[in-house]
Amino acid sequence: MSTEIDYRAMLDCKFARVQSVFDDCLAYAQRRLSDEGVIAYVKGARTIGKMGRGEEPVLMFLESLPDLSLTAGESIILRIVEFTQKLTKTPNGKAVAPFLQSLGAVARALESRELVEEYLMLVWQTLQRTTPKVHGIDSMYASECLPEFLASVPRVLSQLSLGGLKNWVDYGIKAYPNDPDRQREYFLLASPDSRAVLQRERHGTLFTDHERRLDLYLRGLWQTETPFVPYSLAFDTLRKPVPYLDDNGIHLPDVYDDFIPAQTGHGKVSGLNRYRALLAHLTAHQRWTTPLMADNFSPFQRMSIEMFEDSRVEWLAMQQFPGLRRIWLALHPVPQADACPEGWSSIRHRLAILSRALLDPQHGYTDPKIAQYVERFGQVMAKGNTTTRDMIDLGVSFIVATRQISDANAQIFFDETEVSYRDDNRLMWRFFEDGDEEVYETRPKRAEPNEEELAVLPPRLYPEWDYSADLYRPDWVSVYEHLHPQGDAAKIERLLEKHSALAKRLKKIIDLLKPQQKVRIRYQEEGAELDLDVAIRSLIDFKSGAQPDPRINMSHKHDGRSVAVSLLLDLSASLNDVPEGCTQSKLELSQEAVSLLGWAVEQMGDAFAIGGFHSDTRHDVRYLHLKGYKEHWGSEVMSRLAAMEGAYSTRMGAALRHAGEHLSHQQADKRLLLVLTDGEPADIDVSDNRLLIEDARRAVLELEQKGIYTYCINLDPKADDYVADVFGRYYAVIDNIARLPERLPQLFMALVK
Amino acid sequence: MNKVDISQYRISEQPFYQAQGNEVELYQAAYAARLPVMVKGPTGCGKSRFIEYMAWKLNKPLITVACNEDMTASDLVGRYLLDANGTRWLDGPLTIAARLGAICYLDEVVEARQDTTVVIHPLTDHRRTLPLDKKGELIAAHPDFQLVISYNPGYQSLMKDLKQSTKQRFAAMEFDYASSTVEASIVARETGIDDELAANLVKIGLAARNLKGHGLDEGISTRLLVYAATLIKGGIAPRDACRMALVRPITDDADIRDTLDHAIDAVFA
Repeated sequence: MSTEIDYRAMLDCKFARVQSVFDDCLAYAQRRLSDEGVIAYVKGARTIGKMGRGEEPVLMFLESLPDLSLTAGESIILRIVEFTQKLTKTPNGKAVAPFLQSLGAVARALESRELVEEYLMLVWQTLQRTTPKVHGIDSMYASECLPEFLASVPRVLSQLSLGGLKNWVDYGIKAYPNDPDRQREYFLLASPDSRAVLQRERHGTLFTDHERRLDLYLRGLWQTETPFVPYSLAFDTLRKPVPYLDDNGIHLPDVYDDFIPAQTGHGKVSGLNRYRALLAHLTAHQRWTTPLMADNFSPFQRMSIEMFEDSRVEWLAMQQFPGLRRIWLALHPVPQADACPEGWSSIRHRLAILSRALLDPQHGYTDPKIAQYVERFGQVMAKGNTTTRDMIDLGVSFIVATRQISDANAQIFFDETEVSYRDDNRLMWRFFEDGDEEVYETRPKRAEPNEEELAVLPPRLYPEWDYSADLYRPDWVSVYEHLHPQGDAAKIERLLEKHSALAKRLKKIIDLLKPQQKVRIRYQEEGAELDLDVAIRSLIDFKSGAQPDPRINMSHKHDGRSVAVSLLLDLSASLNDVPEGCTQSKLELSQEAVSLLGWAVEQMGDAFAIGGFHSDTRHDVRYLHLKGYKEHWGSEVMSRLAAMEGAYSTRMGAALRHAGEHLSHQQADKRLLLVLTDGEPADIDVSDNRLLIEDARRAVLELEQKGIYTYCINLDPKADDYVADVFGRYYAVIDNIARLPERLPQLFMALVK
Repeated sequence: MNKVDISQYRISEQPFYQAQGNEVELYQAAYAARLPVMVKGPTGCGKSRFIEYMAWKLNKPLITVACNEDMTASDLVGRYLLDANGTRWLDGPLTIAARLGAICYLDEVVEARQDTTVVIHPLTDHRRTLPLDKKGELIAAHPDFQLVISYNPGYQSLMKDLKQSTKQRFAAMEFDYASSTVEASIVARETGIDDELAANLVKIGLAARNLKGHGLDEGISTRLLVYAATLIKGGIAPRDACRMALVRPITDDADIRDTLDHAIDAVFA
């Protein structure tokens, strides 16, 4: 019946390119759709063609609809046509072609009608939300960035679920409400923020979420502590980076999806176990591989030796942990023996087959050469005490024994030859380089590394809370840690001497502070309950005629203290001001106060750290260590305090998060973060006053969730306007700044009593 | 005064103890001189078993006292009790041991309050006497009497340490988990599982001991390994037995639990 219908007449479309592909598209659709479906499909194409948007939309429609109908049902065809019509009625005509183009990716990524409907809804909402409004009414302007968004959909959907896509869109719309250029950049995935949000929403096992587990894995099972250097897989689509090991540590992907093995008989491998498989392989190399001189071998020989070496270290690792075989087997590809087509170079293919055969005792390959080399490998390993050198012989002779003329062909057969958990073996080779043969009597001296530079660690990235958009800006602030430079410790000692009378008073308070942990106090004449032992003893004494002890009660009290305190100093430029009615600047007063407090806490023996911070835009927040938790109050700490200086601005949220991060690693029952500041949070790259205040508030809430108490001591007499917004009830404003040295330790004692 | 039946403190069957070095000879020499002995080491590494074994080998009765922070001096020395006729003195375990010539073993002595540990001082120097001031009696220790204390320097805080004056009355022996081959043979011998399985259990134990200080206060002890082996012997699958006996008891930290679970999977193919 269908042959009788003239589809070409039904399509009624004269575009040359449409005419040329129509037959193929129709044949493709006929194989997938019912007769009614095909009719709806062609009629739909006709409608799109008559919209007057050129040939592009028709082509897109013809190309993507058959696949979409398969996943979402044939009724979707009509729905798409309607939606496209609706879209053309808005000023967003430019978005029609990208919309239809995105449907191919949608068909691949979304598996049900409901999800496709949700996607259409998302497109419509995005249109509405990005269309400029005049006096709250939709204007006649087109949406600022709908085409850009639709163009990015295929790429985003290949990495995110629909939920992730929604969040990604949501962020883009909220983060740049008044900045269409940056919004467009965001939706084109061209800005770092866009990529960061994409990364956060990524499905699969994120490295950052499991870093500790992997660290524990290396420590526990392998007794090593190699640092991790994650790299991103998202943006090098042409050439995927491969894990490797070098002097900086283990370079590994920042995310792994669960691995579903093609072959049957293996369950899926979780992302975490993929990381572990990789780490086990790399650590085995680290332990058992010795570098070879690369120049003695041809590239094919090197590949072959590498493959044998990979198998050797895995063999050794499996002697220790036989369970690794299960994971590696699931991850290792299973190349089919005769998969390599005629005329292609099968060098990788052969090696992959051999590698599989060495790993899998039930490999089932019948090639006698493979069997022979598996046996030779087994003999070498059975001897014990093998080294990388033992693999040279095997590797070289395997290449010789299996050489084919086609090996040198440019077309190399790659399918099923990549082993995802193996590295590129770069540590296995040493290259003879120019200059190696020269011997210097005296080596040229290198410039001494600058001490300042050495002290700089890579930045820690923290999110920042955007209250207007109600979301976190991921990885927004870079915090750099430094050790505070040193000054003259005697200055601090002089300050302490000046306050010796105050110190004496503090000492008295300290002696009284010996609190926690319930202990009994026995032998009380009056107490909470009767101490039976003592009571009976008294009774016995009484009956036997001796003087009974009247102290037969006991009560409870707290003993032992477990407090970790971090003092965070605001070292912004305003610290240099001399407040009214004072002869000293805030900086000097702070120095005195902190010195007294540091001395006092040392007497009490609590874990106590001092850090300072200031910021120069979000790209450079500096966190300066003045005293560490384990460090004792001594001349080094005092000399750092003496060198304190005020500069730049106050980006408090990031500093709070950073100090809280350190504090949360302290083992203590109570953790207290004291903030000493003289003004509200502000920075030169932020025009909205509220933003950093709200962000600091958010940081305080985050710390609270981690079980850290935050308390602010504020020197700004006008602080009441904002300090309660940030710290809730936990703050004290010190109006009479001159009394700070006295007040700060007192406040502290009161807090930890 | 009532008679105590000393025979109940004798150890009739040979306890299994696998010597790791020359500790048996060292102890015998200390006992020959009646020197008080302190045994140190992490929990579950075989301290108590060693003392039991030595008591059996020397054929001396062994009186064990598990110390706790509420223990008073009279819990060790003895006290007056009330009965129908008035009062009656009851010897404490330390007094019994000193009178009858037993080895008195104070387990985890740092748990006891410091004032309690002071009562052992006169017994642990040249005097070898125990004054019972309530009773007005001075006991000269039996020639066979010896005092042994154990303590685990790992977990106690700074507050819970022995006084120098107590420490310096003892000859000390340090214990640690046995080397992996020895430990495997201990687990195998103690429970009757085969050597390979025992070696695998020890591997898991080592993985956990490597994590000590990174979220674990103590590694998996030999005692727990024996528990796991016992469960396996009783027909439980090795993975389940290890999870139950090795991992769940020692940690509540999800990351560590997960890592150790993985170690179990990696060890049992």
